[in-house]
Amino acid sequence: MNALVNLTQLIKTAKEIFPFHGGVHPPENKAQSTQLPIGELALPEKLVLPLRQHVGNIPKVKVKIGEHVLKGQLIAEAEGAVSAAIHAPTSGTIMAIEDAIIPHPSGLPDRCIEIKPDGKDTWIEKTPQNWRGADRKSLVASLRLSGIVGLGGATFPTHIKLRNDGKSGVHTLVINAAECEPYITCDDTLMRERADEIVKGIEVAQYLLGAENVIIGIEDNKPEATAAMQAAVAGTNYLVKIVPTLYPSGDARRLVHLVLGTEIPHDKRSTEVGLQVFNVATVLALYRYFEFGEPSISRIISMTGNVQQPQNFEVLFGTPLLHLVAAAGGAKADTSHYIMGGPMMGFALPDENIPITKAANCIIAASPRLFEPPPPAMPCIRCARCADACPVNLQPQELYWFAKADNFEKANDYKLFDCIECGACSYVCPSNIPLVQYYRYAKSEIIAEDKAKEAADLARERNDFRLARIEREKLERAQKHAERAAAQKEEVAKKALENTNKDVIDNALEPNIHAGAGDAQKDAKQAAIAAAIARAKAAKAAAGQGDAPKNVTDADETVKKEIAEIDARRKEVGLIDKPATEKPAIDTGIDIDKQAKITAAIARAKAAKATADAAKLSEN
Amino acid sequence: MIGLALGLGALLGYAALKFKVEGDPLIARIDAILPQTQCGQCGFPGCKPYATAIAEGRADINQCPPGGDAGVRALADLMGMEYKPLNAENGTEKPKAVAFIDEPVCIGCTLCIQACPVDAILGAAKHMHTIITSECTGCELCVAPCPVDCISMVPIAETPENWKWKYPTIPIKPVMTL
Repeated sequence: MNALVNLTQLIKTAKEIFPFHGGVHPPENKAQSTQLPIGELALPEKLVLPLRQHVGNIPKVKVKIGEHVLKGQLIAEAEGAVSAAIHAPTSGTIMAIEDAIIPHPSGLPDRCIEIKPDGKDTWIEKTPQNWRGADRKSLVASLRLSGIVGLGGATFPTHIKLRNDGKSGVHTLVINAAECEPYITCDDTLMRERADEIVKGIEVAQYLLGAENVIIGIEDNKPEATAAMQAAVAGTNYLVKIVPTLYPSGDARRLVHLVLGTEIPHDKRSTEVGLQVFNVATVLALYRYFEFGEPSISRIISMTGNVQQPQNFEVLFGTPLLHLVAAAGGAKADTSHYIMGGPMMGFALPDENIPITKAANCIIAASPRLFEPPPPAMPCIRCARCADACPVNLQPQELYWFAKADNFEKANDYKLFDCIECGACSYVCPSNIPLVQYYRYAKSEIIAEDKAKEAADLARERNDFRLARIEREKLERAQKHAERAAAQKEEVAKKALENTNKDVIDNALEPNIHAGAGDAQKDAKQAAIAAAIARAKAAKAAAGQGDAPKNVTDADETVKKEIAEIDARRKEVGLIDKPATEKPAIDTGIDIDKQAKITAAIARAKAAKATADAAKLSEN
Repeated sequence: MIGLALGLGALLGYAALKFKVEGDPLIARIDAILPQTQCGQCGFPGCKPYATAIAEGRADINQCPPGGDAGVRALADLMGMEYKPLNAENGTEKPKAVAFIDEPVCIGCTLCIQACPVDAILGAAKHMHTIITSECTGCELCVAPCPVDCISMVPIAETPENWKWKYPTIPIKPVMTL
């Protein structure tokens, strides 16, 4: 039933195009780079592979410096859920694993693997897979090792987009061949030359997704590519839809709107409404991976702009930019810098010595002649041309106010994060305000703020937990002490009771000495104290004896005699006490009450002294 | 009329009991603004105590250096107070840093572990300690207790991962010299 509905919808929409709001018509400049077929590059001197080539976690390096690797060998493994593997683009030796400048707007260095090719270009043993009829889940799982990412420029790992394993409810696969940005022609030439392989790749993607319908959206400025694709899809139910040339029709959501009339809700993914979008180059990579066992090691790049002979090249990842520039006949004298991506959404490369990565679909050599430096920005005149041009139906002028004033909360309320940074607003702005730059600034500030908030929440949680733990430990300690004290008390009470019983018996025998059980208990306690004192004293006395200096016992007769004489003399003057042994062991007749009082007084004095000392210590 | 009044009164009384607000929501809101560094530079033993002190009027809003100027502004906004610059007595705003233990020097005394307010230091007695960077708030409380001075504060470096787009500026070029 569902299929029928989809089919009828498809028939209904077969010819119809559903234009989106806004859009602009920048000069195309595509013809320059389509004059020649896709060119091959000679092996460069070195290949530098940044680990950060895709959206998600950076992969884990699996090789060591000095190791020899073969073409297609896994050199970095996908780490975590969203990540992609990296493979050696040719056979050679790992020269370094170090930080180098990567093609990123920050111009900051990041970890890269450097390979020195051995020139033999020896492939590792390839393992093609017969995907037809095979288990989808294991096929998608194996894609994790392929290193394939979205080659349209977003570089989102492809295995994530396919992992729904046919149960995703994806009924329509949209193939993005619009290629709306000026200058870029890599998908155009790819379709002209390799349409058959692309269609086979679409078959793979369709099988993996379990999609019933396939629509290929191509802009009407690529008649040769359209013809090639139409010829290739003959005999299939794939539909090639020609969409009018209008920037940014190559944005996935815009293209879906164009070919199906479906507006994907801003807070939903396309798969949630039964759609998935793949770039032509990505499906081709899928085909080559399953059919030939070739991982993602190269891509087609447009080398255009201010070079002698603009052309598309099949470039190994990691190829130095200048190697590619040289292949296009070299840059003209007035080249000022290079742009990666198109002139609308690309960014100026921070350095010439950077490698080509998976994200690079186009390199434009820029010169002041080709790209006039923008005139200084003027104040916003509230013309709202940006709102007319915005393909996402945002209010760019409002977003501009909020971003400029650092009013990020408000910018978020106005759906700043739905902005696709296409640059249509900046393009039409009569005041030359760099609007997208403000949005990018605001977005990265908001992202940083959110991250800081997350970190603060984590810190709060951990601090709360720590305080709770300290409190709990304190309680546990106090409880342990209390338990021990209670146990001791119980023991004493038990002993006392035993003694009392004994005393009671004694009293019964000698009724004259004590009178009453209360007295008996008191006496028992006192007796226990007295006994303890006696024990302590005896121990001390014993220790005193034991502590006699060794040299005295070992001394010969004359020395002993001398010592005895000295002792006698000292005794006469009263300098030393009687020998410990001569001391009365314990005078049981002494008033026990008095003795206890003395002990208590001593204890009190000691405690007072201790507190005084502590106070002094803390003062210091 | 009286019946209505009584009825509504009963309803309000019931609502007051049923939807009773636990704790002081103002403290939680202040605490949400504070950076949770738990550094104690404000003079209170953590962010929550400082939040409580602000709510009770015992502390000023400009005593949190890690929160910085933006933090003072947010607090002023929340409390309906005038903005005032950070109190220099509490310290100055510094770039965010994390602690780093020079591991060969560490003697395993656990003093830093006891000082860390967020349990971001891993180690045991007489065994080497190390900082869990992702958990470290950069409070510097572990630096002072270290008897061998093996803990240093390392500012967080800018990487392509945490890099931010800058505020658009127009470079000013001299067009003539006088």
